[in-house]
Amino acid sequence: MSEGVLSQEWKQSFDEIFDGAVDESNPPVKLFEKAYDGAVIATSYAEILMNQAIRRYGPDKPVGYPDTGYYLPVIRALSGEAVEKLGDLPPILNRMRNQIREELNFHNARLCGEAAAYSAEIIEALRYLDGARPHVDPWTGFLGDPVVRRYGILLVDWTIPGQAVIMGKGKSSEDVGKLVMDLQAKGFMIFLCNQVIEQAIEAGCKLGIDFIAFPIGNFTQIIHAVNYALRAGIAFGGIPPGERDNTRDYQRRRVRAFVLQLGEIDEVQVAAHFAAIFLGFPVITDQELPEDEQVPNWYVSNPNYEDILQVAMEIRGIKLKIVDIPIPITVGPAFEGEVIRKGDMRVEFGGSKTTAFELVEMVGEDEIEDGKIEVIGPEIDDTEEGSALPLGIMVKIFGRKMQEDFESVLERRLHYLINYGEGLWHMAQRDTIWMRISKDAAEKGFKIRDYGELLVAKFKDEFPSIVDRVQVTLITEAEKVEQELERAREFYSARDERLRGLTDESVDEFYSCILCQSFAPNHCCVVTPERLGLCGAVSWLDGKAAYEIDPTGPNRPIKKEGLQDEEKGIWDSVNEYVYQNTNRMIEECSMYSFMDRPMTSCGCFECIMAIVPEANGVMITTREYGGDTPVGMTFSTLAGSVGGGVQTPGFMGHGRAYALSRKFISADGGLGRLVWAPKELKDSLGDELRQRAEEEGLGADFVDKIADESVGTTADEILPFLEEKGHPALSMDPLM
Amino acid sequence: MSEGKKKIDNRRTIDPAALAVIDKNTANGQVETAYERYVKMQPQCNFGRTGVCCRICLQGPCRITKKSSKGICGAHGYTIVARNLIRAIAGGCGAHADHSRHMIYTIQELLEDKAPDYSIEDPDKLHRVAERLGLSADGKDDKELLKEVLTHAESDFSKLSDEPCKWLETTVVPERMEVFNQCNIQPRSVHTSISEIMGSTHMGVDHDPVNLIFQGLKTSLADYIGMHIATDLSDILFGTPKPVTTEANFGVIDPEMVNIAVHGHNPLLSEMIVRQARDMKDEAEAAGAKGVKCMGICCTGNEVLMRQGVPVLTNFLSQELPIMTGAVDLMVVDVQCIMPGVKAVADCYHTRIVTTMNHAKIPGSYHVEFTEDRAVEKAREVVKLAIEAFKERKDNEVDIPEVKHKLTAGFSMEAMEEVLGAVNPEEPIKVITDAVDSGQLRGVVLFAGCNNLRVPHDASGAYLIKELAKKDVLIVATGCAAGTAAKLGLMNAEAVEEYAGEGLKAFYKTLNEANKDKLKEELPLVFHMGSCVDNSRAYDLTTALARQWGVDVPKVPFVASAPEAMSEKAISIGSWCVTLGIPTHVGVVPEVTGSALVDGIALQIAEDVYGGYFMWEEDPEKALDRILGALDERSWKLKIHKQTSEKYETELSTGW
Repeated sequence: MSEGVLSQEWKQSFDEIFDGAVDESNPPVKLFEKAYDGAVIATSYAEILMNQAIRRYGPDKPVGYPDTGYYLPVIRALSGEAVEKLGDLPPILNRMRNQIREELNFHNARLCGEAAAYSAEIIEALRYLDGARPHVDPWTGFLGDPVVRRYGILLVDWTIPGQAVIMGKGKSSEDVGKLVMDLQAKGFMIFLCNQVIEQAIEAGCKLGIDFIAFPIGNFTQIIHAVNYALRAGIAFGGIPPGERDNTRDYQRRRVRAFVLQLGEIDEVQVAAHFAAIFLGFPVITDQELPEDEQVPNWYVSNPNYEDILQVAMEIRGIKLKIVDIPIPITVGPAFEGEVIRKGDMRVEFGGSKTTAFELVEMVGEDEIEDGKIEVIGPEIDDTEEGSALPLGIMVKIFGRKMQEDFESVLERRLHYLINYGEGLWHMAQRDTIWMRISKDAAEKGFKIRDYGELLVAKFKDEFPSIVDRVQVTLITEAEKVEQELERAREFYSARDERLRGLTDESVDEFYSCILCQSFAPNHCCVVTPERLGLCGAVSWLDGKAAYEIDPTGPNRPIKKEGLQDEEKGIWDSVNEYVYQNTNRMIEECSMYSFMDRPMTSCGCFECIMAIVPEANGVMITTREYGGDTPVGMTFSTLAGSVGGGVQTPGFMGHGRAYALSRKFISADGGLGRLVWAPKELKDSLGDELRQRAEEEGLGADFVDKIADESVGTTADEILPFLEEKGHPALSMDPLM
Repeated sequence: MSEGKKKIDNRRTIDPAALAVIDKNTANGQVETAYERYVKMQPQCNFGRTGVCCRICLQGPCRITKKSSKGICGAHGYTIVARNLIRAIAGGCGAHADHSRHMIYTIQELLEDKAPDYSIEDPDKLHRVAERLGLSADGKDDKELLKEVLTHAESDFSKLSDEPCKWLETTVVPERMEVFNQCNIQPRSVHTSISEIMGSTHMGVDHDPVNLIFQGLKTSLADYIGMHIATDLSDILFGTPKPVTTEANFGVIDPEMVNIAVHGHNPLLSEMIVRQARDMKDEAEAAGAKGVKCMGICCTGNEVLMRQGVPVLTNFLSQELPIMTGAVDLMVVDVQCIMPGVKAVADCYHTRIVTTMNHAKIPGSYHVEFTEDRAVEKAREVVKLAIEAFKERKDNEVDIPEVKHKLTAGFSMEAMEEVLGAVNPEEPIKVITDAVDSGQLRGVVLFAGCNNLRVPHDASGAYLIKELAKKDVLIVATGCAAGTAAKLGLMNAEAVEEYAGEGLKAFYKTLNEANKDKLKEELPLVFHMGSCVDNSRAYDLTTALARQWGVDVPKVPFVASAPEAMSEKAISIGSWCVTLGIPTHVGVVPEVTGSALVDGIALQIAEDVYGGYFMWEEDPEKALDRILGALDERSWKLKIHKQTSEKYETELSTGW
């Protein structure tokens, strides 16, 4: 990944990066004047709305966005104020008004941009008074913290190579559609503002939170792209609120955003553009601008749609490795969340309808024909619309560094790789898979054979050092599927057997994961066989495979040496590694306790656990659950005190599957401490959780003793329930 | 259509009757009219034209130049431009308030039995207005009910508290009120709004261009309130217009009759004159005429056209020319848009100019002070003057261009609903929304506003009406823009045949068939909704469309166009159109271009906040594209939003 202009060194002041950008003999005064005018309009408009709101509702009226622990994130990140009520706003806005200067130069234009950003944040926050939800799907408005966290992992591993902010109105819906689809194929996170939204909808683009293409709204709603980006700095980067230069430096280095301005530009938009520049993001417009209305590398005119994206990526220093997959659909992370409803389906496989399975198998050099794809049985054209076929996906891999342990790692990638295809849908794993191909994809010419093309190309691209040859066989003939399924099941049970033996005690080394350091420089995960990464995406085997693929990459082995505390899981070697890899912020950490020197969090965690002192136990809440919890905080609020590489005893981020681990807070009493979890989590862990409870000697009915939101969302509400059920935590040793 | 470098001459009109008179005048070298004065006035001051000239304090005039980028006090260009602009809005609001207040005074007198010549002509309208205001009519006679209505009108005019004005709250969709409330532009009352503008634009008060503009928009809403009150009260006093057919242009002057031109804006006097003129036939005959014929100029003309079917003589710009036919015996005027130039032209003929209002006089003209308590008497006095003048008419000087066209007018909102209700009695407005949804109609355009010599008279209005009709746009009109259509033969059924596109023709066919037994004439290409004060009726149509679609106004494919905006009233009306959510084309660039900030707010940012926005475009062909573009954009967005809400099973997006 080249760093391009990102690689400029940190200087005395962040603003030094702008030195020399403007040709002082012919400065773009007209552009600066527009930024000034825009800032005057934005601040004045914000002032009118703000004071009117204070007149209507009083200064004590609470103000804030839904689902965030970062107050008004633009203000929180840049100047540190925790705005909670309307009366907090006037001094802040006044400070911004005061920084609008009449002298027209680049520096002042950026300050105008900052003032405009504050104004927009205030204007938009006022739309959310009294819990209002001013947008309907697919328009998003403000994007809550759960969305920021949901895509954290894709951002930090550069699956999402950057953020494209498209505002205005393009030349035609078709042009906008092409641009958006191109960005989706490249994996970009996309923010759309103004009429490009309707244009993209008309062009048939898939938009919405699930598609990582956010139609945020109109006008000052552009600020929701900014407050999204700025939250990454606090949530993942651990940058203390209010460190304005550090915040901007983080944005410039790690959030690889750029702005595409399409169509006519008004003054407020120019001020918004300078807000982007203020944060280190360049602006590229399709409008013809004379040279003296541009700032090289920062405010650039490029009327040609054919290469506007290329230009934007070059300016932002984003280089992509393009994988050419010879199939007629777009492939990108944007389509992972795409759901194909029955009515939109051309053909389906598995589910409860037919037999289907998938298997990745390591083979010898002579047992494989590289690149061979074979379909045995009917192709898509041989089926009725809306019908179901059996399917066996059998992938053979040969690689000189391939290991049997990696089979399951690669097999689990099938889910993502297939889901990345536009119009393809994949659920579950092994012999429980359920897959669909949409009518759209079929109309574009997608064949069953193309699954093979997709997998061959992607496996070679993503795992170059362990995958040398790939062969894919796709079976759609019922009898043959049943036959091969028998064989596959032998593999599954052999693997399960091996996995059962894979415990923290049975291995000599753990793996680190510092993937998130691209966003969270002070956080380091330690992944053990019985504790997967807090994002839920990296298991010990994944770490091992990743190390094989790239020994200098984000996953490194940590030898288990110098045991200090067996119960809490503290080793000298682990402490040393963590210390060295958290910018010497974290000196010690325990693997099995959340009360004593717990592991830190980047911000991508699937769950947060928190101590419930009244119940002498612990509760878990999830990204999916937006409601209140017995500790009096929502997921978003809790997340604010857990992320960014900080150690907070009593609070910890973790993966969903960690609840099923033998090592689940084993030093603090283990699973028996769990007193509350959202119903959805309990249901999805289901039988496995019951099984774990039995293994722990808690009894199969333990799960029914765990309270959820239907019992209550305060300690007072759940205590009687716990007492009535005789929850074991109540009689355990005191946690504190 | 661009003028290029063609020399500007006095033939700046496409009205053949006006041209004939202008050419005769050029040949005879008799007298100057606006057409000649405009030529002499060139070049006009560019500082004034771009709005950067400040004469608010005695240190001035100051103007913004490259060398001096601020006024002596330090005022930015944007402050100067914004202040000048909103003072014009206050001017416009003041003029309409004048009109409306006069109606209120008259009704006060009526209720105290001091205005014997006036009565409640349309009690149904009174009940409709009362119901809209939430007043119960139970157990009240009409006068009692009218008194209650009037109390609300007086309150909207003068109250100091900040509860919403009734005439705004009850005539717009609730979403609009919330926007106004959030932006703090709900007027307290008509009078306070005007006063606030004069206060805040005094030297050294408000310098924030956004604050000033919002103050201006607030006052434009106050203007809308004043106008709506004027329309409602006029209908109560004189009847709600119904379709009526008559003729327009100089050809309506009858050489054998005593010809009286009624000019100005208010129906209070003109209604009386029209009635007395009919009544005084005998006296006219005694003077050798066949009778007395009234004909209208400007919006007084529109008022008596709409209710009495009085023929249209001409519109604002050509108001001096009919005198030169030698056959206009008297021109009686009330308020607004009366060129003092009429006096000098009249001096060359026998024509009497009669002013009637105590705040609108012209030196050297007759002044017959009009009072409500003696309305008939005053009206008879004026008609008598006309008959006297007729006797002095020099027949050898009479030369009337034979230009006249049939027209059908009288389309109040109630009349529109009646016509549409013949197709769908339950939901009359659905007839339009269905036609737009199905693509039969492309949208609705309102032509409003004045005449302005900065562009050729009547040219762009006529061009746009014809071209928009070809593109299946339903057209309504008010004021002098309606005058253009009437004079040039665009306000009749023949014009539908000649200009309407296939979709529009089919739409008319449905309406005409449904109304076969109800209307004497087939429906006209342009629906005349009244005087410029009656733009309130046009906005009622917009509100009705929004309600029918279940959306806020910024989603409705409705555009307003003032091809020849001229007066401060036009600036004010344009401003409320934008504030109330309508894209508004103005065919002459107003005095705001001296500040990119103010211009940018008007053209672009207004849309983000209020949904409406301005389009300055003098070139009619480009204007056509932009108007169609604005309609299409809204239909397109509404379509996408509807499809999206169906797909996601959500409410319709409230964004625009």
